[in-house]
Amino acid sequence: MRGIVAQGKSSGTAEAVPLSRTLKRLAPFVKPVLPRLIGGFFCALGAGIVALAIPQVLAKLVNDVLAVNGASAQVWYAVGIITLLGFVEALLIFLRRQFVLNPAAGVEMTMRVGFYKHLQRLPVAFHERWGSGQLLSRSMSDLSLLRRWLAFGAMMLIVDTVTVITGLALMFTHSWILGLLFLLGSIPIAIKAYHFRNDFRAASRLSQDQAGDLATAVEESVHGIRVIKSFGRGRDIYEGFNEQAKSLQETELSKARTLASFLLTVVAIPETILGIGLVIGIAQVSAGTLSVGSLVAFFAIAAVIAIPVEAMGMLLGMTLSTKTALERHFEVMDSINDITSPEAPVRPAQYSGAVQLDHVRFAYPDDAGRARPILAEINLQIRPGETMALVGITGSGKSTLLNLVPRLQDATAGTVKVHGVDVRDWDLDELRTEIAVAFEDTTLFSTSIRENVLMGAPGDLAAEQREALLAEALDVAQAHFAYQLADGVDTLIGEEGLSLSGGQRQRIALARAIAARPRVLVLDDPLSALDVRTEEAVTERLRSVLSGTTTLVVAHRPSTVVLADRVALLRDGRIDAVGSHANLLSTNEHYRYVIASLDENEPEIRSEVAR
Amino acid sequence: MSRPLGVANEDAVTLTGAERKEVRRRSFRLLAALALPQKKLFIQTIVLVLFTNAARVLLPILIALAIDWTLPQVRQGNWAALGLTGGAYIVCANLAGVLLSWYIKCAARISQAMLLDLRQKVFRHTQRLSLEFHESYTSGRIISRQTSDLETLRELLDQGVSELASSCVFIVFTLISIFALDWRSGVVVCIAVLPVAVLFHWYQSRSEVLYRESRVVSARVISTFVETMTGIRAVKAFRRERANDANYADIAGQYRDNSVRSFNLFGVLQPGLVLIGNLTVAALLAYGGFRIIDGTLAVGVMVAILLAAKRVFQPMDEIAMFYSSLQSATAALEKVSGLLEEEPTVLEPRSPRSIDRVRGELVFQDAVFGYGDGPVVMDRFDLKIEAGQTVAVVGQTGAGKSTLAKLIARFYDLRSGSLELDAVPISELSNIELRRHVVMVTQEAFLFSGTVAENIALGRPGASLEEIHDAARAVGAHEFILDLPDGYDTDVNKRGGRVSAGQRQLISFARAFLADPAVLILDEATSSLDIPSERAVQHGLQTLLGNRTALIIAHRLSTVQIADRVLVVHDGKIVEDGSPEELIAAEGRFAALHQAWLDSLV
Repeated sequence: MRGIVAQGKSSGTAEAVPLSRTLKRLAPFVKPVLPRLIGGFFCALGAGIVALAIPQVLAKLVNDVLAVNGASAQVWYAVGIITLLGFVEALLIFLRRQFVLNPAAGVEMTMRVGFYKHLQRLPVAFHERWGSGQLLSRSMSDLSLLRRWLAFGAMMLIVDTVTVITGLALMFTHSWILGLLFLLGSIPIAIKAYHFRNDFRAASRLSQDQAGDLATAVEESVHGIRVIKSFGRGRDIYEGFNEQAKSLQETELSKARTLASFLLTVVAIPETILGIGLVIGIAQVSAGTLSVGSLVAFFAIAAVIAIPVEAMGMLLGMTLSTKTALERHFEVMDSINDITSPEAPVRPAQYSGAVQLDHVRFAYPDDAGRARPILAEINLQIRPGETMALVGITGSGKSTLLNLVPRLQDATAGTVKVHGVDVRDWDLDELRTEIAVAFEDTTLFSTSIRENVLMGAPGDLAAEQREALLAEALDVAQAHFAYQLADGVDTLIGEEGLSLSGGQRQRIALARAIAARPRVLVLDDPLSALDVRTEEAVTERLRSVLSGTTTLVVAHRPSTVVLADRVALLRDGRIDAVGSHANLLSTNEHYRYVIASLDENEPEIRSEVAR
Repeated sequence: MSRPLGVANEDAVTLTGAERKEVRRRSFRLLAALALPQKKLFIQTIVLVLFTNAARVLLPILIALAIDWTLPQVRQGNWAALGLTGGAYIVCANLAGVLLSWYIKCAARISQAMLLDLRQKVFRHTQRLSLEFHESYTSGRIISRQTSDLETLRELLDQGVSELASSCVFIVFTLISIFALDWRSGVVVCIAVLPVAVLFHWYQSRSEVLYRESRVVSARVISTFVETMTGIRAVKAFRRERANDANYADIAGQYRDNSVRSFNLFGVLQPGLVLIGNLTVAALLAYGGFRIIDGTLAVGVMVAILLAAKRVFQPMDEIAMFYSSLQSATAALEKVSGLLEEEPTVLEPRSPRSIDRVRGELVFQDAVFGYGDGPVVMDRFDLKIEAGQTVAVVGQTGAGKSTLAKLIARFYDLRSGSLELDAVPISELSNIELRRHVVMVTQEAFLFSGTVAENIALGRPGASLEEIHDAARAVGAHEFILDLPDGYDTDVNKRGGRVSAGQRQLISFARAFLADPAVLILDEATSSLDIPSERAVQHGLQTLLGNRTALIIAHRLSTVQIADRVLVVHDGKIVEDGSPEELIAAEGRFAALHQAWLDSLV
């Protein structure tokens, strides 16, 4: 329970992708807003210049204008200039924000929505591997970091670089020796920066991954709250979480240490160099090879440069974190979606309702590449309109087989055909319109019962037709309880709404599958949470609804098998036998073992009861 | 208000005066509670900041010294003076660097300590809260409280509380120097505080609402995201992708709009402050200019005042930034503190009692139960379950079977009456002790990320591998686990580790086996099992149940086969009670259910 995921993903792809290549991937998103970003950059630069200019202008106005020729007109003239400059500075700052923030927030949102869209289309197999907390942290904090960097970090990095270079050039004009000295000082900084980059990048990747894993831990602690509570394992779960939170803290602190040691270099080295420069400069002045004015100017420039040089440490750190955030983003965006519609989807000649599996194999490949075969060789034909039950022991691959029909998974080998067309040749949406599914774990969405049930219903129905469909589906699924809820069928359910019992959820999910009016219906043990009476009632209604709909239903009980025209027995990844319930019962021993509790156990029960 | 608000008005953006006052207060209280333990570090950091600044202030002074004093000395041949000045400069420079880096480490320690503290508080608290709360407060909300809300606190702390202190110190010192130069100009600068205050007040009132909205919208973004990702199979099967795209884009758009609005608000504050600063300088220039003409102010003093006045406003930027982060964090902590205010409805006893040798006898007396403030669900019943008895509870969906189970597991408390385990009210048992004796296995068999073995070991942390295997063997899960790619070490979240719903139930059964409690409650715990597996589990149960009390809820009467006693629940009442054969003979509800079940078998 503790941070297993962390080990999985936090190891991180530490391989060095150059910053430029990562940033290049931003280009399509940034390109449309580039003019605004450049505009913002110039405003930032302009604001900086005005801010620096105001004190100079002030001194000049007072010393050269007011002191020499004091008249009220002169005073107003000076005040006018300063007021004007004051407005210009404020305006430029205002404009910078106006130029930059909106587009940066736009890029953030575009990428966030794109991320979500991509995730929705990635195959189920992907989602089984990735905790939603880890994905969430990539969608929220990573992208908001990018926004801040775009709006502030990137811009300031450029502004600061320009300032430093300009300052350096000015230094050279005053004294080339001192300028050269100062430049030499940047060598150790560059070396340090190189190491800093490596250390910080690794730490920042680790911390972002750990934060994601922490979110996954939170998510599990909430989704698994019933288990935790009934076993009284709150403390253990907390300790696991705490351990993870502490390692995140440790990573953050080590990040801070790395940054602190870099900043130490960035502050101490230039200033030390300046100290040496001071000695040399004074010596030069006393020797007459340098003017006092130049020396003062040199240090004045150095003082101006010191601020952006120091800020660059922080900005570099921010840039590296952003790079990591982008890598994490693109890592998901680059995941290959191998379940997509083909370029030229095929439409079936006839929507017959036939479902056919030929030589189907399925294996879950694990990370080491070893394959765990679930389905070895499946050949199965479900005739149009027929209801076929799928029977087999737990873990025999029944659910996996069902997943292949609406193409939630792809077969490793062989073909699955719906209406005679290979599912891989179908347009995905069309295929899934043909098929409705009720899963064994019932997921309902945060909306009304009505919306949930009519989720897959044909879109072109009139209001009354929709109502009729809703009523019928709820009736067949024996979900009449919906009408007794506070807001009837408009009661909100799901995550954000009323929590229903397992049996209630299952009935709503069943109603949802029925209301979709599919030609092919796939039901995974749809009655498992129902009591005998309800099950009986559902079965009775279901049978009439199912006539004409090709149905594949996983059954654990004889009571569900009753629905079926034929039964297919799954064993060791193969279809062991196909036939009617009665037929299989009398001819197949494994079938009797799987489905019939009574025959075999009757004497035993009798003896129990008698005891 | 006697009862705290808690999460009641969490989605509200505009609050009444009283509500607003309360949520603000609890938010600041939480912030103070987090900051207080870090008092020493805070002081240390502020001292470091002051010294760092002092060392840096010394540097330009040293340069001035070098030109005014060292240079003439050197010209007179006193080279030692040069060495002294240069040396002092280098020492100060390195000191400034070391102090700065120390300060950064300290600030990070504060920020991380407070974050960890809050993380722990929220996590512990949500775990402590009763199931009743969790059933209405969604996981998406808790996740958003624990991720994006905490993030805002982090941003606030990274903004540098101590830098704020140094900014304030800087402002005060500069202001004093202006007063020293010319008190009238000082007064002018002080007047400028007025529009600054107005501007801040304006910003505060506007941003408060925006930031509060931001928390609500961001929680919605997160909830939507989490719901989609957890329900991805249904999303795909019912082709929700496009509708979800639109919905999410809409919510993400709201989030962006909200962000942009708060950026724009700050975009007025920041240049506004700069403008006020610049206009103050202009005002000083006008005021001073005429006094120069009068001859009542010296030109040199005037220049010094103007430059100082310009500098006074420089740290305003940082203060504004800090203030904005503070607003954002306060809004987030309003929500977090609301969550922390929620009290579990099922409370730990003040002075817990314990049971020396647990037998497993359960007695309900005059018990009345209803959910929350809702209607009574189970009205006044008595029930005695002897130690070691295996009791099957049957009845229709919604009849109250699960309620009975939840009461015994103490997920809920009775409204009145008593429930005792071995003559001790279960509400007087400590949570740890209660959970050791009473374990409930539910239908939804949740697996945590980690290996299969770890998931089973959740039943009894510290169990040996041998014991884990035995538990799995007892429920017939051993074989399929061995077939997984890495056997017991298979990560259930990794590719290839996926197990079916039935297998998950088997694993959670093994968990219960390992826990080995005196009272075992099975709430629909075998619903996804096939008949052979169910048989294996039942066989295992019979050995496990030996001298244990068991309450088994099942729709399938197959489970009843191993029961000593059957309770039929209908409309919140126990309507039949007796041994299976007695009830079958009595021809009541159970007999009818049993017949229906027998019919369903073939």
